[in-house]
Amino acid sequence: MANSVKAFRCEHTLRDLREGLEHVHQEAEAALAAHGFDDGAKFAIRLAIEEAVVNAFRHGNRSDPKKSVHFRAYIDDTRASFEVEDEGPGFDPATIPDPTEDENLEIPSGRGVMLIKAYMTEVEYVPPGNLLRMTYRKPA
Amino acid sequence: MASSHISVRKTDNLIRIDFIDRNILDELNIHQIGEEILKVVESEFRPKVVVVFKNVEHMSSAAFGTLMKVNERVKARDGQLRLCQITPRIHEAFVMTKLNRIFSISDTYETAVASFV
Repeated sequence: MANSVKAFRCEHTLRDLREGLEHVHQEAEAALAAHGFDDGAKFAIRLAIEEAVVNAFRHGNRSDPKKSVHFRAYIDDTRASFEVEDEGPGFDPATIPDPTEDENLEIPSGRGVMLIKAYMTEVEYVPPGNLLRMTYRKPA
Repeated sequence: MASSHISVRKTDNLIRIDFIDRNILDELNIHQIGEEILKVVESEFRPKVVVVFKNVEHMSSAAFGTLMKVNERVKARDGQLRLCQITPRIHEAFVMTKLNRIFSISDTYETAVASFV
């Protein structure tokens, strides 16, 4: 059966964390609602977008105001896919300590990547690590 | 000056903190919220602090980090921190990150207050 609503696509260059995040949250929320994603999915996706965009600005671009974050989204009735790309040198996600290990539990930072992996169906950091691809698939 | 994101009720050293907006615990506001809570906590010795999540629908890792700083500061003042009325979705995030082992979480404000020692 053909999709009842046309697939949503967007591409943005974000220059300011606060404004950019607010804009992509609003846009994604409307598209997810139009494509029948339930509240649990919307919660998961909002969290993942938030963590990805914040990490891109703060860690990827190291809060350099001359650098931007590139955000792309594709949402249809079965999945919501996003790309978040910063202008930094990249990183190896395998080097991030597991925040759920006992010795790391009381460290206040370092949970963003873990939450993205926990809430999204597919997560890929494309080498050198400044491009994140993530997808949430509706359960069959 | 930016408007406050929390409401605070104090009775002796018992401090109840409620969040005013639904999405306050996201990146956009969390730093200001953290500063506001720390200011309240530091005004008391041996504070018994209950943070009520009744109105909160979204959470982020930045918010977890802020709560952990608040917890440290409360402990440093020989106080106790309780969290309560957390929605099932946000509670799931606490469990996923294992932070339910760091924080004392109660279902209601009353049970949170009753759990202080």
